Amino acid sequence: MTDPRLSVIEERLKGIDEIIAIASGKGGVGKSLVASVLALTLARDGNEVGLLDLDFTGPSTHIILGVKGIQPTEDRGVLPPVVHGLKYMSITYYSGENPVPLRGVDTSNALIELLSVTRWGALDFLVLDMPPGIGDATLDLLRLVRRIRFVVVTTPSQLAFETVRKLIALLEELKVPVVGIVENMKTDSSDSIQRRALEIGTRFLGEIPYDPEVESAIGDVGKLMGTRFTKAVEQIRNEMHL
Amino acid sequence: MHEWALAEAVIASVSDIVEREGFEEVEEVRIKVGELQQVEHDILKFALSQLRPARLEGTEFTIEVARAELRCRVCGNEWQFRKEDLDEHAAEAVHFVPEIIHAYVRCPRCGSPDFEVSKGRGLWIESIRGVRRGP
Repeated sequence: MTDPRLSVIEERLKGIDEIIAIASGKGGVGKSLVASVLALTLARDGNEVGLLDLDFTGPSTHIILGVKGIQPTEDRGVLPPVVHGLKYMSITYYSGENPVPLRGVDTSNALIELLSVTRWGALDFLVLDMPPGIGDATLDLLRLVRRIRFVVVTTPSQLAFETVRKLIALLEELKVPVVGIVENMKTDSSDSIQRRALEIGTRFLGEIPYDPEVESAIGDVGKLMGTRFTKAVEQIRNEMHL
Repeated sequence: MHEWALAEAVIASVSDIVEREGFEEVEEVRIKVGELQQVEHDILKFALSQLRPARLEGTEFTIEVARAELRCRVCGNEWQFRKEDLDEHAAEAVHFVPEIIHAYVRCPRCGSPDFEVSKGRGLWIESIRGVRRGP
């Protein structure tokens, strides 16, 4: 007895040059916004970009992008719809507005299913919006997809940083490349996160100031692209040489 | 998963096994399909016949259905999945990602969404019959 889906995942991802996971040790730090805006700016500048929302129990990129009433096309698998220039895939195409209460084994199966069914084609970048923490989805992804680079998001809070530190320790133990740390929701000029990043030997990619305009730009991509948040993400992108 | 994607996965997987186990000839591949995935057998068979490489040209693909059974983790109730219990959108969604059943189905006894698919999820290769290469 063998699971045939695992044999096809590499094949599905082989046309993708670079896979970047936006992750954090805890929720609520702005991973989905960073992932969405990073993907949007990469696409705006002429790259072929995919965005995959892997936060199955708390998906939110569809709200950020204002996605409604569209479905993937079937063609020997599933072709992700193009949304604001991105090939965009989310479990919400299937779950609609309903909550999706999944245990670990179900999360694993749903992840394997989506990876093995989605035909991305040729992409310069696939951006993954990760679920928080180091649970099943993160472990499965590390098991199934070999070449991922991680960008880790924290807030200025030492509580967030502590979970991020553990995530980075795990990734380094597993020899998964960590591009660096992004400090989101910055409200003062403290350099404590930057110093702590240095202490653990991880690159500090930059900070994103707390931007009260972002909330009203959610669902309105045109407006979102004009925010200070987006400018800060672009600087971080430069720092990452993307 | 869509039938063509499924067929592609089966062919890739069988090819791996054939290579690894040193099969010279593959007579039969038995595939089990969980009822939850609602796979169209004719489409799957057609896709397999189109996608198979030369070394599987003479192979017969047998498809069997495994009934889907659900078990509630809260009250212990066990029941059988029936496609008719889902509307068209939900049935389609479960076809692509079976775990989405947790967004649409509740335990008929206690109403909980915390149930497991104890049997009949997904698709797997049950057995491969053929002739191994000599030493």
